[in-house]
Amino acid sequence: MTPTRKRRLILISLVIFGVAVATAIFLTAFKDNIMFFKSPTEVSQNDYPENRSFRLGGMVKEGSLQRLENSLKVLFAVTDYNADVQVEYEGILPDLFREGQGVVAIGYMQNDQLFVAEEVLAKHDENYMPPEVSDILQTEDKQ
Amino acid sequence: MLPEIGQFLLVLSLLLATALTVLPMLGYARNNQTLMLTARPLSHVLFLTVMASFVMLVVLFIQQDFSVLYVAENSSLELPLRYRITAAWGAHEGSILMWVTVQALWISAVAKYSQSLSLSQISRVLSVLGFIALGFVAFVLFASNPFETIYPVPADGRDLNPLLQDFGMIMHPPLLYFGYVGLSVAFALSVAALIGGEINEQWIRWSRRWTNIAWAFLTMGIILGSWWAYYELGWGGWWFWDPVENASFLPWLAGTALIHVQAVSERKNAFRGWTVLLAIIAFSLCILGTFLVRSGSITSVHSFAADPFRGIFILVLLAIYSGGALTLYTFRANQLKSRDTLNLNSRETLLLANSLIFITATFTVLLGTLFPMIFEAVGKKISVGAPYFGLMFFVLMIPMAVLLPLGSQLKWHRDDMMAAVKQLLPYFILTTLLTLIVWFVFKPLNIRAIAGIYGGLWVLTATIGQWLKQPGRATAGFIGMSVAHIGVAVFLFAMSMTEHKDIEQDILMSPGVTKQVGGYDFTFLGVDRVKQENYQAQQGHVEVRRGDRLITTLNPQKRFYPKQQMPMTEAAIYVGWTKDIYVSLGEAVNKEGAWAVRIYIKPLIRWMWFGGILMLTGAIIGLFSARIKRQEDKQRDQVMAQQLNLS
Repeated sequence: MTPTRKRRLILISLVIFGVAVATAIFLTAFKDNIMFFKSPTEVSQNDYPENRSFRLGGMVKEGSLQRLENSLKVLFAVTDYNADVQVEYEGILPDLFREGQGVVAIGYMQNDQLFVAEEVLAKHDENYMPPEVSDILQTEDKQ
Repeated sequence: MLPEIGQFLLVLSLLLATALTVLPMLGYARNNQTLMLTARPLSHVLFLTVMASFVMLVVLFIQQDFSVLYVAENSSLELPLRYRITAAWGAHEGSILMWVTVQALWISAVAKYSQSLSLSQISRVLSVLGFIALGFVAFVLFASNPFETIYPVPADGRDLNPLLQDFGMIMHPPLLYFGYVGLSVAFALSVAALIGGEINEQWIRWSRRWTNIAWAFLTMGIILGSWWAYYELGWGGWWFWDPVENASFLPWLAGTALIHVQAVSERKNAFRGWTVLLAIIAFSLCILGTFLVRSGSITSVHSFAADPFRGIFILVLLAIYSGGALTLYTFRANQLKSRDTLNLNSRETLLLANSLIFITATFTVLLGTLFPMIFEAVGKKISVGAPYFGLMFFVLMIPMAVLLPLGSQLKWHRDDMMAAVKQLLPYFILTTLLTLIVWFVFKPLNIRAIAGIYGGLWVLTATIGQWLKQPGRATAGFIGMSVAHIGVAVFLFAMSMTEHKDIEQDILMSPGVTKQVGGYDFTFLGVDRVKQENYQAQQGHVEVRRGDRLITTLNPQKRFYPKQQMPMTEAAIYVGWTKDIYVSLGEAVNKEGAWAVRIYIKPLIRWMWFGGILMLTGAIIGLFSARIKRQEDKQRDQVMAQQLNLS
């Protein structure tokens, strides 16, 4: 093998090695961190990943918001006007969190009944409805 | 009258951009001097018309002309003058007009500062830039016209989004645009070179400066965006791996790879095709970023008004520019073949490794950002969480930090790898000792924090050591490189501390109550009401003490903007040398005046941004390289002499 060829071979094998390692790490990281989005209807049909976090999206049900006395714990229901899911969250809600507004909660199902949110997102726009939620509502209109 | 003038100026700009696209290129194809000579004047006139139409928009805002839809939607009678001016680029239409204005400014600057390029080269470069401007002027005119009028004229406007009534947000978009559009110069050079089928050191040397400036702007834009998100969104985070943030980070990553590869290809006949390809990728990612931000195709917590037509328009532009450039690349790249052979034991190899690491990082971020879209197509709704990006980035930054000092230690062309490694050994020992000390002081630290701190100290000690050992006077190129690398070190160290040693607590506080967080005593004094120009606020008062010493009184606000019916949290931050103390208000919990209060302590967070500022300072110092100036001057004299001979 000529020195040039040898050099090239080393370089190419290094690149292939790098790509292989990167792909392996990439796939692992990806598998663990992909997060599904579910609607209250799907959750009520038990169609949600167990023992891992997912995103629950819908509207905050009117009249469902309850604050527990002397703590930062709140309870509310997320609805897609077809099914409701009870959500528990401890912490500060976003500015635009209101009943009747779109919301996305990230968390997990503690049991069949209760979704424990670790993070609650509401968009910074009063007309906001999460795209996923408007999709859900639209498909239901058609049915 | 003014809206019509603005509109007319835009149409004029469209025609001028068309002329700039067609005439010089035609001149190049036919070898017609006169046509090629139109490139420079056309560029300047294009800038004037676009700038004038942007000024029109600002004037409309100052005059509160609510007959213009865009003004009515983003301003109001109560909006203070400073925000009326900045509202001009506060929403989509105006911000795209600003993009075009910045683009035209760059084109005009390229036309002026390109004396070292021959007429045939500059006419091709300006023609490509004109073609890009053409697409975006068309986008303003046909898909996001800020001069559209409404009837009947509303008595008052809807006011500017309160989140945008802030200094950080005023500066963030222009800086990003300067960066985005600046990368179009390297792109235009690549396409021009592919059209002509030739490229040389001197072309790359010339484009290197533009890349450095663009990259510096991009860095500043990202820093400001991060800073703004930190204090204005009220979540206390500095980076969320949100699609909109990734949109600005992707071109930065590719740009970083480009800067390092240009350092090689400007000096010798190597990595030609790679330089050209990276420039195409970097600018394509700028357009893709604009698409992600503007089309609303990706769910983002802070995505903007979604409009499918606009999305498709930008996608078409992306297809034309990137698709065209890449097609050209496939057919012509072999003509740009590099002739110099590469010695493995040289700085060039390490710079190649750098570009591979950064481009891998670019693609992992890109995949994570686009994956939800791909899934959406098969009817599944997913999102890729921040931990994915965090992990990928961590893994990729390890080889980057490990190899960086080796790269700056090795000499160009040919060196002894083992000797270089031996010379780095003292820094390795020093770093290990320092990391142990840091660990001892701040333990417990998890493995990621330790790796980040180790990486930061390793880059820091080696870079400073190499600077001190530098024989003779350091050149601007060397100082720039060292400063930027010290920036990398400062960033890595500070980021590891901020991420892993921060304290975040949401607590319920009644007036008069004191709570201890992270060694500080926080006393909540209650909330009162204040009224400002265009909002009312509930203002809390929190005293922060360490032992008996009063450090500061923080006054976070919960604002309410009546025009938009929008509440907003304004955090109060105490900025210290080693940490920030951050307090924001949640909501009133009971009738006795108790509030939900969020308290963060963020160590070294300012230093993280300061690291970024060092990086961009390095890029700017590099511009003053005496070697490059000498070579540029020589080239300019040659071009001048040639022109004199011809005429």
